[in-house]
Amino acid sequence: MTRPRYVARSTAIAARALGEETMVMSATNSMLFTLDEIASVIWESADGVTPLEQIVADKICTQYDVTLDVALQDAEALVKGLAEHGILLLSDEPLAFSGRSHKETP
Amino acid sequence: MPGVTAATQRVDVVVEIGGLPIRLSCDDPAFVHLVQERYAGYISAANDAAFDFEIELAPPGTESRDEDVRVTWESGCWLMERGDFRAEWNPSTGQGRIQQTRNPYSLDSVLRIVHTLLLAQRGGFLLHASSAIRNGQAFLFSGVSGAGKTTMARLAPPDAAILTDEISYVIRQDGRYVAAGTPFFGELARVGDNLRAPIKALYLLAKGPENIIEPIAPADAVRGLLGNTLFFARDPEFVKMVFDTAFDFVRQVPVRRLTFAPDSSVWGLIV
Repeated sequence: MTRPRYVARSTAIAARALGEETMVMSATNSMLFTLDEIASVIWESADGVTPLEQIVADKICTQYDVTLDVALQDAEALVKGLAEHGILLLSDEPLAFSGRSHKETP
Repeated sequence: MPGVTAATQRVDVVVEIGGLPIRLSCDDPAFVHLVQERYAGYISAANDAAFDFEIELAPPGTESRDEDVRVTWESGCWLMERGDFRAEWNPSTGQGRIQQTRNPYSLDSVLRIVHTLLLAQRGGFLLHASSAIRNGQAFLFSGVSGAGKTTMARLAPPDAAILTDEISYVIRQDGRYVAAGTPFFGELARVGDNLRAPIKALYLLAKGPENIIEPIAPADAVRGLLGNTLFFARDPEFVKMVFDTAFDFVRQVPVRRLTFAPDSSVWGLIV
C-alpha cells in the first residue's frame, strides 16, 4: 500500500490566479511558473493536510473525465517538479501548516 | 621640519534619477568629475539627498572577473557584490558605502540595483525597455537583447523625446504609472532626456516583415513584463512586491505585442 503524500505551498513564493491559470514566482530565484487549470486546482488544494490522492479524487476526478490512476500519476509528476523548484513542499506526513515541514522530500 | 598632514577632503555630487536624489561622495575629485560627466542631465543642484553613499576607490587591477551580481539582505543592510564592486546600504538610515575601481560603469550597476530596491517599495520597477514620450505620453518598448529596443529609439521621429534605449524607469505616481528618463543607455550611447510622462502603452517587441500591433492575453503580458523586469534581490518580500506590481501594471496599462519592420514607418502606429 502506497503511503499518502501531502503537499503544501511554500511561503517563499508569490502567486496569483489569472483566469483559470495561476502564476507562481519563486522568491529564491525569481523563476516564473504558469499552472494550467488542473494544476491550479491542485495548487489551491495544497493545504499540507489533505493527501494528494484525496485532492485528485475529490477535485480532479469529479470534474474531469480521467481515471484516478492516470490523474494521480500526472499529479505526482507535477508536484515532484514543483517541489524540485522549491515552490511546493512534499511530505510523507501531514505538514502542520503551509510553508513548514520537518520531513520534506525534494 | 614640521610634520605634514595630508588632509583628504570628500567631494560630493547628487545624482537624481526618477525623482530620487542620491548623494555620492568620494575623496578623489577627478572621479567625482567623471561621475558628473557620466550623469550629465541628472545632476541635482540641490544639496538635499534622501540617500548617501561614500565611494572608496580601489586600486586598478584589484577587481575580479566575477560577473554574477549578488544582492542579499543581512543585518538590516543590503549587500551588493560583483567582481568589480562591493556595496552596502542601510535603507533605514539611507547611508551606504561603495568600494569599486575607477570604472564609472561599476557605479552604474550599483545605482541600478539601488533604484530597483527603492522602486520596489514604491510600486515601481526598472524594465529592459527603451522608452519615449510623444504627445505628452510615454511608450515603452520591451524585449531581450536584440529585440529592437535601441532600434526603436533610433527610428523615433523628431517629436519624440527618448527617455532611454535600454533601461526604462517606471514609477507609480498618484495612482498611475509614469515613465521617467534615465542615464542608463545601451547601444545608443547617450543618456535619456530627463523627462517623465504617464505611460500610455507597453509594447513587447518582435521583429517581422510588417508593422502590426496585436493584443495579448493578460497572462502573457505578465510573463512578458516580469521576464524583462530587472531583478537582483533574491528576497521573498522584495519578489512579492515586484510580482504584485507587475499584475497591477498589467491591469492598468495596455500591454501589446509590436511586431515591426526596422524602418521609421513603425512610429506611425505609436500615437
